[in-house]
Amino acid sequence: MGQFFNATLAIAAKDLRSEFRTKEALNASLAFSIVILVLFSFAFDPSSEQIAEFSGGLLWMVYAFAGALVLNRSFAREIHNDCLDALLASPAPPAALYLGKAGANFLLLLVVELISLPVFGLFYGVRWTRQLGWLLVILALGSWALTVIGTIFSALTVNLRLRELMLPTLVYPMMIPALMAAMTLTTDLLAGTAITGDNLTWVRLLVAFDVIFTALAVAFVDTVLVG
Amino acid sequence: MNAAPEVPQAERRALEIDRVSKFYGHFPALREIQLGIAAGSTVALLGRNGAGKTTLLRILAGLSKPSEGSVRINGADVRKEGTRRCIGVLGHGISLYDELSAAENLTLFAKLYGLAEPEERALGWLERVGLERVRDGLVREFSRGMRQRLAVARAFLHDPDVLLFDEPFTALDDRAIAVLQQLLNDAHARGRTIVMSTHQLREALALATHVALIQRGQLVYTGMRSQEMLDDPGYLYRTYGDN
Repeated sequence: MGQFFNATLAIAAKDLRSEFRTKEALNASLAFSIVILVLFSFAFDPSSEQIAEFSGGLLWMVYAFAGALVLNRSFAREIHNDCLDALLASPAPPAALYLGKAGANFLLLLVVELISLPVFGLFYGVRWTRQLGWLLVILALGSWALTVIGTIFSALTVNLRLRELMLPTLVYPMMIPALMAAMTLTTDLLAGTAITGDNLTWVRLLVAFDVIFTALAVAFVDTVLVG
Repeated sequence: MNAAPEVPQAERRALEIDRVSKFYGHFPALREIQLGIAAGSTVALLGRNGAGKTTLLRILAGLSKPSEGSVRINGADVRKEGTRRCIGVLGHGISLYDELSAAENLTLFAKLYGLAEPEERALGWLERVGLERVRDGLVREFSRGMRQRLAVARAFLHDPDVLLFDEPFTALDDRAIAVLQQLLNDAHARGRTIVMSTHQLREALALATHVALIQRGQLVYTGMRSQEMLDDPGYLYRTYGDN
């Protein structure tokens, strides 16, 4: 178990170090999310009632598309110099490789989200700190859902010529339940509504989605990577 | 010497390849390869381009699954964690991260292999391959020869029982060739099992104790390396190959 944990940490640290040195995915993802948020802000009146209704949807659409830019790089990084072969030939369990990569992707996604959230608040006139604790929990749960699905499909599509196209095509349909939950909850939280009663069902759905797809990804990652 | 089903045995078999076939669609990349390799042997895996050498080495390394048949290393399945711990693989690529330093690359793999004191181990190997002065340099800034030496260090880092090398001498500079030959000789002297595919017949045959020739996915010759092969590296292809 200790070796599993060490391998997971080593892979996550390696991916984060590589990314913070090159900033390839991070810069692209941040630029994309901020540009989209700014451009959309010109299309709507910031004082309009509409904003309260679509804020969660807009935010999660931006996060999902920006996330694809991070996730696409995840296993693509391993193809250069045949690094994936060395990882798979090592005794590190494929599940540890997967969780290490997923952990790094999750942190990168959170960085993008936490930087673009104040930008969203500024351009749309939304007070996003009213339910900050729950908002951070939902961001974390939704981001893990995106990460867990995106990382396994990044592994699956890594050798495809059109992987940049294939990854979103495969990930978004799978993400529909988690995105619906995250969008609904985020819209409520930005409107200042507390998480109670009906909303808790969406939270449970998000948690269940995360747990089920994490377990499935960990169980099948060896088959995905080696065949 | 005639085509034989197995490399002659000394004692314990380090690798057992049992009727391994690999198909890409309907194309047979390997056809019923049957081979046992004794512990401590150095096997030169020879064959023309596209013969199936890389496919066989990838299956031996657990990087690809055979369509039929099985491979066992030290008596265990190749994808078992304990088996992977005792394999050192050097493929076509250097398998190193350009955006990490030499020391960071080796330390990463030392950690993945669960080695004690990974940083010290990495530095020790950087000294052995003559890269200690550039330990903090990023791999992307290295010359081709330096990258190859670092890749060799990565393959030997955990002192593996079985070394699987795919074209190890290709594109190496003189210094890297000397380092690799020294390390392979040391490994052989310490009883390690080495399987290397190559087109550099002279270098490979000088190190090999045994030879296996693959042609269009089939094993057409296995046996001890003879003096005849050393004197005339083309002999094997002329005698058993289809030219």
